[in-house]
Amino acid sequence: MPLLELNQVCKRFGDAAVLHDVNLAVEEGEFVAIIGYSGSGKTTLVSILAGLLAPDSGTARFDGCPISGPGPERGLVFQNYSLLPWLTVEENVALAVDQLHPDWSAGERSACTDRYVSMVHLTAARDKRPAELSGGMRQRVSVARTLAMNPRVLLLDEPLSALDALTRATLQDEIARLRREQNQTVVLITNDPDEALLLADRVIPLTRGPGATLGPGIPIPLPHPRDRRTLPHDPAFQRLRREVIASLLSLGSRATPTLTRDLILPDLEPEDLGRPRSWSSRSGPLRRQERRTVTLSTPADAE
Amino acid sequence: MSSTSLPVTATPGSPASASHPFRAGFQRWFSRLDWFVLPLAGAVAVLALWYLSSATWAKDLPNPTRTWIASKPYIVEPFAKRGELDQGILRFTWLSLILVAKGYAIALVVGTPLGFLLGISPLFTRALDPIIQVLRPVSPLAWLPLGMILFGGWKGANVSELAALFTIALCAMWPTVLNTAVGVRAIPQDYMNVARVLKLSRWKTLTKVMIPATLPYMFTGFRLSLGIAWLVIVAAEMLTGRPGIGGFLWQQYNALIYEQIILCILTIGLVGFVLDRLMSVVERRFRSV
Ligand SMILES: Nc1ncnc2c1ncn2[C@@H]1O[C@H](COP(=O)(O)OP(=O)(O)OP(=O)(O)O)[C@@H](O)[C@H]1O
Ligand SMILES: [Mg+2]
Repeated sequence: MPLLELNQVCKRFGDAAVLHDVNLAVEEGEFVAIIGYSGSGKTTLVSILAGLLAPDSGTARFDGCPISGPGPERGLVFQNYSLLPWLTVEENVALAVDQLHPDWSAGERSACTDRYVSMVHLTAARDKRPAELSGGMRQRVSVARTLAMNPRVLLLDEPLSALDALTRATLQDEIARLRREQNQTVVLITNDPDEALLLADRVIPLTRGPGATLGPGIPIPLPHPRDRRTLPHDPAFQRLRREVIASLLSLGSRATPTLTRDLILPDLEPEDLGRPRSWSSRSGPLRRQERRTVTLSTPADAE
Repeated sequence: MSSTSLPVTATPGSPASASHPFRAGFQRWFSRLDWFVLPLAGAVAVLALWYLSSATWAKDLPNPTRTWIASKPYIVEPFAKRGELDQGILRFTWLSLILVAKGYAIALVVGTPLGFLLGISPLFTRALDPIIQVLRPVSPLAWLPLGMILFGGWKGANVSELAALFTIALCAMWPTVLNTAVGVRAIPQDYMNVARVLKLSRWKTLTKVMIPATLPYMFTGFRLSLGIAWLVIVAAEMLTGRPGIGGFLWQQYNALIYEQIILCILTIGLVGFVLDRLMSVVERRFRSV
């Protein structure tokens, strides 16, 4: 039985259909990356998994039971960190620890908080408030807070998109390490194919919205741990990367935006002087009538 | 500047003009003028207007010199007590401040939870919003008699004090109520989502998420409320005849002694100004968190 399961899930906001017929099954211990364009409904999808949003139709299940609301067993790392700005790093993490272990003594709880803070290498910044931290540090606090909930599945909503390439690489390695050491089930939302290939066991493309749906998953049978320096030279990696990108592009083309409009050329004199004309029946500039219809679209079948 | 032929975009504060020694000196002088000389000029102009008025069309208005001579005992001995309604100016101010503090405390204790309820519950808002909008513009002068009637039957109670507190609390409450409600509605959904994912209890959601997120709005409300509470005190003391800065003003007027009225007005204004400054310091502290 899959740990996390979506069955024919549809979600719309007002008139706009965001998700249509989404099916997903995540096994225990699996690392799934969902990759999609910006605005295609990735956050909506992960909010449904977390229980923050209810699907309009279809079912969302966790461990066999319908998801009726959020809970600490499905730890969500928010796209925009969502740290509480009036609490320090330590207090933000402690919020989760205190919540999960109300029966522990104060000493045990603060030791546990310290462990999670040091796990993301923020011990030196434990008494700072989020406003005093860099983007990467904030993201790490957010990860530590979520890990402190000891979730059975970790939902990461584009945790690294807002960071620079170097910080991103460091945090990717940390996520890979956490996952190796704890055999954590992870659903990673991302817009970066390389990140997905570096971390995941399976990559699932999300089609372009509106009415986005999940395409067929692509298993990534590369062995862990994966080395980011040698991986790009691995022929298997290169083949998988082509496959993921091709899948994204072909799925994207289904809903390629086309723009059709009438093109009216500017009303310019002189006219074609070589043309025979009758002086008696001239009815205005000739070019005005030259109306053309053009269709603009992005080339989607390019490999 | 030679900007007659070409459109130049230099401003007076640009480095090119500031580097000119004469201009730099002028600017320094001008900035001193800004914070010292100009306010002084304003005060002198008002004084002159006051002199002129008391000499020409407002014969009953004592001129500044007479006002100063008559007010001097109250200023030089600010804490003297010569009689119930003849005390030093700071002693009167102190009495008024105590009354304001009590009424203000009631306004906050009642207004903050009410604002929270309004912010949380749309039902509550729909039920109470019309009545709040109607009661909000009612003047303290109208509430005071009602307070006298309400507490008039209480045996052994200081009716005038209760009525004054009732008036101050009722008039000063609204900014706190409305700002708190706006603040609660403005709590980012993200923070509430954090509380939901962590499954925080209602109490913890309130104390750890909602109240801290609303504090800046609440303090804006508190500052405005304090201003109104101070505004109301004078009216309340006038009508009840309680000793205090407003009561003193009214009593002097009724006794046809006009010399101290301006003193009272200035004191009321100064105290209100200081209170507002103090509150905005507190407010800024909470906004920066
Ligand atoms: N609360 C909402 N109300 C109305 N429309 C919404 C709401 N949330 C999302 N949408 C719409 O749903 C679509 C998908 O939004 P979503 O946030 O899921 O995209 P995303 O894939 O996470 O984008 P990004 O990569 O930029 O984070 C967007 O078109 C957005 O306008
Ligand atoms: Mg998103």
